[in-house]
Amino acid sequence: MNASVISANRLDLTFQTNDGPVHALKDVSLDVAKGDFVSFIGPSGCGKTTFLRCMADLEHPTGGQITINGVRPEEARKARAYGYVFQAAGLYPWRTIGGNIRLPLEIMGYSKEDQAARVARVLELVELSGFEKKYPWQLSGGMQQRASIARALAFDADILLMDEPFGALDEIVRDHLNEQLLELWKRTEKTIAFVTHSIPEAVYLSTKIVVMSPRPGRITDVIDSPLPPDRPLDIRDTPEFLEVAHRVREGLRAGHLDD
Amino acid sequence: MRSFVPVLTVVTGIFAVWYLAAIWLNAPWAYDKATRSGEVLTLQTLIADTWSQDKPKLPAPHQVGIEIWETTVEKNITSKRSLIYHSWITLSATLLGFALGTGLGIALAIGIVYNRTMDMSVMPWVIASQTIPILALAPMIIVVLNAVGISGLLPKAMISMYLSFFPVVVGMVKGLRSPDAMQLDQMRTWNASPAQTFWRLRLPSSMPYLFTSLKVAMAASLVGAIVGELPTGAVAGLGARLLAGSYFGQTIQIWSALLMAAALAAALVSLVGLIQRITLKRMGMA
Repeated sequence: MNASVISANRLDLTFQTNDGPVHALKDVSLDVAKGDFVSFIGPSGCGKTTFLRCMADLEHPTGGQITINGVRPEEARKARAYGYVFQAAGLYPWRTIGGNIRLPLEIMGYSKEDQAARVARVLELVELSGFEKKYPWQLSGGMQQRASIARALAFDADILLMDEPFGALDEIVRDHLNEQLLELWKRTEKTIAFVTHSIPEAVYLSTKIVVMSPRPGRITDVIDSPLPPDRPLDIRDTPEFLEVAHRVREGLRAGHLDD
Repeated sequence: MRSFVPVLTVVTGIFAVWYLAAIWLNAPWAYDKATRSGEVLTLQTLIADTWSQDKPKLPAPHQVGIEIWETTVEKNITSKRSLIYHSWITLSATLLGFALGTGLGIALAIGIVYNRTMDMSVMPWVIASQTIPILALAPMIIVVLNAVGISGLLPKAMISMYLSFFPVVVGMVKGLRSPDAMQLDQMRTWNASPAQTFWRLRLPSSMPYLFTSLKVAMAASLVGAIVGELPTGAVAGLGARLLAGSYFGQTIQIWSALLMAAALAAALVSLVGLIQRITLKRMGMA
């Protein structure tokens, strides 16, 4: 049990709103092993983002346990155990790309030389070398999102939590970034938790796909992907891929039939 | 320079209306004089008279222009009759009051944003403070401070501060709260301290709001300094020139002081605007 990087056990979360309580997560149990690429997929309101935010200590469960690297999310956050990539790049317009990536490093008190070395390394990792001195508005949306991934990688957290990072980008850019992300995941051996509502994206990227459904937010299916680790983009036309995608779709439909 | 022609048109229009109004307002006095001396006024002599009276109801633009020329260029700066001397007196109080007001405004805004008690309690008082007519309050501030031995520059600056802190508080509260939930969450994921969040996120985010407030505050500050000079017994400053002018019916002097105050306000606000443009451009926010 202790080998799992993310471990949730009968997690419950109820938001108290003006319209009465909202059951965002109900009885969610999941174990994620080191080096896994886990996707969370489901319709709006299924709690996939809430679950990710629980891992990041941005939301507090009202029941059950969750541990990150064997400790409570709050301790994991304070130990800077994870990098979080939001839906929007959220780069500061008054800082250069380099300056934006340096921001968490400054906050965490890395030395000047170390900062420079890390910025150069992660920029190379997301293929943005040479853009260090550019300002965010000089970059395309896809490049900005890559810079925000570089920022989350800069301080060497073992876990990368990504909340629909490519949701606002067009299909072509998204394909390219998916390919790059897989490449990056293989090189860095990080554990990645990835929220999406695109079935092809989830199947293409993941070693484990978690299908969720709403009201109350819960896990309906966990699929261990049979696809090999080496995945060219055209793997999406193979029967194995389509079979996994079909199972995900079935899972999503089953969740809706309960309504 | 595309705006040159429209601006020139408007200025010409203002001057035309001004000259016509001078004829209309000063004509009764011209007729009065003519009746007493038994002269007959032609249209030409009437107009010439209305544009050159000693104490006209409305001085003509060139009269004000000559007065400004004589009291700035042709007077020694240290002379009590120099408009530059009086402008400097007002300007120094304005700038000190502006600095104090900006400081107080930012401090209150930080308190309101970071402290729940202040958030609930301070804002109503800040708004109430601006509903009191400054003309009623200014003499009391001067008198009270004088009673505790503070006179000269500081009491006037306090009145400037009283007027100028308000737009800064309102703007900075909005500005410091402008980072969205995602940006604040992001800081949290890095376990940033409140001070780090303030210096690296909230303060830079608030800059566009700050500069907008500073422009309003600068203009309010000048008004405060002038109002503050009225109850001090008309010793020095543009406010004193206005008051002394109205005592002795020196309308030309009043108008020249008014124009000087307007020019000063325009210069100060443009200066803030210039700093705003440079800063925001360098920050990539313009």
